[in-house]
Amino acid sequence: MAKAIEGYWNDLRGTKVWRSVFRSGAGSSNLHRSLAVQQNIFLHLASVKMRRRSLAFSVTWYLGTLTLATFITLTGSGILLMLYYHPSVPQAYADMKDLQFVVSAGVFLRNLHRWSAHAMVFLVFAHMFKVFYRGAYRPPREFNWVIGVILLLVTLFLSYTGYLLPWDQLAFWAITVGSNIMSAVPVLGAKLRFLMLGGNTVNANALLRFYVLHCVILPLLAALFIAVHFWRIRKDGGLYTGKAETHG
Amino acid sequence: MDEPKEFQATVGSDSRKEPVRVAFVTRRTSPHVKADEGQYVMAWPEGIFRVAVACEVLAVVLVAISLFWDAPLEGLADPMQTPNPAKAPWYFLGLQELLHYFPPVVGGVLIPTLVVIALVIIPYFNVNIQAEGLWLRDRRKRLRIFAAVALALVVLLVAFKVYAVIAPTLLIVAAMLFAARDSADAGRFHRWLSLRPLSFWIMTWFLLTSSLLTAIGTFFRGPGWSWVWPWSE
Repeated sequence: MAKAIEGYWNDLRGTKVWRSVFRSGAGSSNLHRSLAVQQNIFLHLASVKMRRRSLAFSVTWYLGTLTLATFITLTGSGILLMLYYHPSVPQAYADMKDLQFVVSAGVFLRNLHRWSAHAMVFLVFAHMFKVFYRGAYRPPREFNWVIGVILLLVTLFLSYTGYLLPWDQLAFWAITVGSNIMSAVPVLGAKLRFLMLGGNTVNANALLRFYVLHCVILPLLAALFIAVHFWRIRKDGGLYTGKAETHG
Repeated sequence: MDEPKEFQATVGSDSRKEPVRVAFVTRRTSPHVKADEGQYVMAWPEGIFRVAVACEVLAVVLVAISLFWDAPLEGLADPMQTPNPAKAPWYFLGLQELLHYFPPVVGGVLIPTLVVIALVIIPYFNVNIQAEGLWLRDRRKRLRIFAAVALALVVLLVAFKVYAVIAPTLLIVAAMLFAARDSADAGRFHRWLSLRPLSFWIMTWFLLTSSLLTAIGTFFRGPGWSWVWPWSE
């Protein structure tokens, strides 16, 4: 039975259609395993071979991987939420109520997005501290650490802009508190705050700006830097597994 | 045709799952291994499978949380009605707590900017790359500098009434002094501490302080940002 399935599987992988999609074709040699990674636009960011040690749980706690998983979850649930959401006052709040009472599994969708967002912020911090305490920022990985700091800031800003979107009291006043901090910036403070909010107070313009930032600009920035971050892991010689490795 | 082959190939790579580095050793070269890089495995399927499992586990956890706990939703935003206290999201509550102690330009702009700059430059300093134990060299001189810095920090914290941060500061100071102590019968933990570099101490202080401030902002702040106990309603 298992043999038959394997046979069908190999036949499938040998077909013209399959080979037109996945360029490596049938076979299970290490060459094919390499091609599976190398010839896939998403996987090719990763290396073909990895140190066995770098796969151990204790080395990374898989924190970076898990952060990516939350980002993917957030993108998926976020796109679904966008189908039910109008970035306008006071319709935005009415949409929250619709998610709660009208939309099938609307509450679940919003819960998933909210808790995943908190998880992502937490995991990004945890990832940073784990990388630091392992000394994995050492050359040649120093610039990837800097990209990580950029991603930390993008994550915080993503979460912050998303916080306003429900347009409830919690959202409104959290963003008011946050944007007041910005006006403390010397000289440019008030101007920066005006630029961010599209006005002097948190109003409908601010909601629209935060929506565009949250749904378009920041996710694109995040995806871009995540791609560079992953590609740099390969370029910098794979995951860091200890001091001795760099002297090789 | 009598000349012998210069190399000999043995195992076909297709029959092996783990990639091996094959070296062709000719008569004119001699192999020289500098360092053992450890064993390698193929990213597909070894690494990618583990990544998939990690993502699945996380997905299960997130779905379970989302099924049992609802995201908060308060009344419609009302600019005329300020809740007291108005709190930022939890990851900014450390920052909001700083604003309680320092003027806005210090707590809201200067300190966060310095933190980001400090994070960015970590890998560009040799002292962080070599990461030698802080107390292994020039111990007397370093102890003098350390005493001055620690004292200045505590004075600054007292001056701005940031009493809460004094606790983790003193904890780190105590741990550093313990690590600096020279003793013949040092235990394992003591030896481990004495090998920690400066960056370790600073980062640990930062981790403790920011966690503490975030916790205080989240659980211990009530109306007018006054101190409340979380269990007293």
